[in-house]
Amino acid sequence: MASHGIEIRGLYKIFGPNGKAHVEAVKSGVSKAELNERHAHVLGLKDINIAMPGGCITVVMGLSGSGKSTLIRHINRLIEPTTGEVIYDGKDICRMSPSDLREFRRHKTAMVFQKFALLPHRTVMENTVYGLDIQGVPRSESTRKGQQWIERVGLAGFEKHYPNQLSGGMQQRVGLARALTNDADILLMDEAYSALDPLIRVDMQTVLLELQAELKKTVVFITHDLDEALRLGDKIAILRDGEVIQQGSGQEIVLRPADDYIASFVKEVNRGRVIQVQTVMTPATGAPGGFSLPSGTTLETAAKQMTAAGVSVAQIVGRDGNPIGQLDLTTLISAMVTPVGHEETASIAAE
Amino acid sequence: MMAICSILPDVLCSFPAVSDSYIRMARKTIDDGFRGLVRQYSHLIDAVVQPLQTFLNFLERLFVNSPWILVLAAMLAIVYLASRSRGITLGTAVGMVLIGVVGLWEDTMVTLAIVTVSTLIAIVIGLPIGIVMARSDRVQSAINPVLDVMQTLPSFVYLIPVVVIFGIGKVPGLIAVVIYAVPPMIRLTNLGIRLVDRDVLEAADAFGSSPGQKLWNVQMPLALPTIMAGINQTIMMSLAMVVVASMVGVGGLGKNTLQAINNQFFTFGFLNGFALVAIAIIFDRASQAFGKRLQKHTEVIHG
Repeated sequence: MASHGIEIRGLYKIFGPNGKAHVEAVKSGVSKAELNERHAHVLGLKDINIAMPGGCITVVMGLSGSGKSTLIRHINRLIEPTTGEVIYDGKDICRMSPSDLREFRRHKTAMVFQKFALLPHRTVMENTVYGLDIQGVPRSESTRKGQQWIERVGLAGFEKHYPNQLSGGMQQRVGLARALTNDADILLMDEAYSALDPLIRVDMQTVLLELQAELKKTVVFITHDLDEALRLGDKIAILRDGEVIQQGSGQEIVLRPADDYIASFVKEVNRGRVIQVQTVMTPATGAPGGFSLPSGTTLETAAKQMTAAGVSVAQIVGRDGNPIGQLDLTTLISAMVTPVGHEETASIAAE
Repeated sequence: MMAICSILPDVLCSFPAVSDSYIRMARKTIDDGFRGLVRQYSHLIDAVVQPLQTFLNFLERLFVNSPWILVLAAMLAIVYLASRSRGITLGTAVGMVLIGVVGLWEDTMVTLAIVTVSTLIAIVIGLPIGIVMARSDRVQSAINPVLDVMQTLPSFVYLIPVVVIFGIGKVPGLIAVVIYAVPPMIRLTNLGIRLVDRDVLEAADAFGSSPGQKLWNVQMPLALPTIMAGINQTIMMSLAMVVVASMVGVGGLGKNTLQAINNQFFTFGFLNGFALVAIAIIFDRASQAFGKRLQKHTEVIHG
């Protein structure tokens, strides 16, 4: 099954009894505060346009109140949009009939929730096969599939436990197994790891990345944590007050933050894990040969390998194996520690 | 006080009530109209009442005519299966034996039959109404005042229309008991469903549940503890009401109590009262233990 992308176009959400009436006002520049004060409506999302490529992880990042949870709920229409389109496989989800929508949710999407939202009266196994129960798959078949995913997320032996008997991390593994058992193309993860403690969170991120390498689903991941966004996201969209203020790859966001708001986030990021060698390399001088690193290597890995090999200059090679530049340790370290100034990023972009 | 009246106009001193003749006329019109209506539809009323009568008679005969040892054994078995508690089962045995020893076995069986039937009817009526109420705020705001009236109207008062419509007898008594006992069933079903965690409901929606699937897979199981509390309340209220319903011809312990009041039989009255208390405690403990057992999965073992 090839994964399809999701395209969100011109999406507006205004909460209140008569949201539609205020769309034009918002389009013509009425602010969130003004809308709230003068018309008692809350601006949830404003002119969202995001293309979420199929088979990739798209991370939507924002602080609380930025509208990120509202946004993800438009993809399976748990929240009705005020205006706009959400296109998947050529169909507009916002225009589906109730029964089409139910079929779409049953077969095309699966969701993982921040607060797990497991059914407390069902065992781990019964929770895992919940989606298949809803589809009407007989238990003999669904338990087989369920068992496979319970084992994959590392919960073998806990099939007969109830959610209350498990720790938070284990409960979220059940949530993940429940979503994966559905075998849906779209995986929606709403702050799925935010309630977990840091070590378990990293653990679960690894689980997701491993699974994704194999499954190639269209994953939409919501988080308020930039480190998590950078680790998981093939593409990142940053939301603030219901608007997308920047979207692009993690590296683009770290190197060229669109405004001071994002810059203040990015400042705290471990740059060595995000920036890749080809971004900071200098044009190749001298003869090819010596120690080489493939493009796409992160600075941290490069530093580790170069110091281990005892070299101070490395040659960067492209995908075809031809050298495309070189990198010395001094440049590498300064790129890891100092934020790159605006002029410099501009010149890199120009190249 | 009289002195104040000498200065005030008469209207402000004695309340200007509508004249007696008006009230009398209104009363006559309404009463006659009501009786006429009942007479006109008497066949329909009989047809509705008949199955209740048959069911109640069957159960009563079954309880009264079976050898006491069989009834006791069945009761203990049910109590044990529901509660899985030896203490409650033993308490039931002691209570029932004491009731038998003081010669109230048969009356207790009659009361048990009517309480069983009225509880079943209250569940059958209350559960669907509670579900409908939970699904719509409008229905809730329409039904709530009705329930308020049902619960606050003195039980003697609604015995009057019940007697006018259905006459005197077991079934009218049963209907009065059901009217009195059904509100907690409706209220707690509604409350239980409304209290179900919104996150879990959202998850059910996200996986594409139909409204029916949501009701049976999520809402009913999670509302069950509250619904069980409703059933428990319904049983308790039926037991309280069977005594009052004895005034319209329900037999059993209630009738004895009524006789005791009329004749000042102090000891006899209290014995009947204690028998009712014993049954109430047995029902209460057994149904609560059953409700708790259904909730085993909520015990937190891992912190």
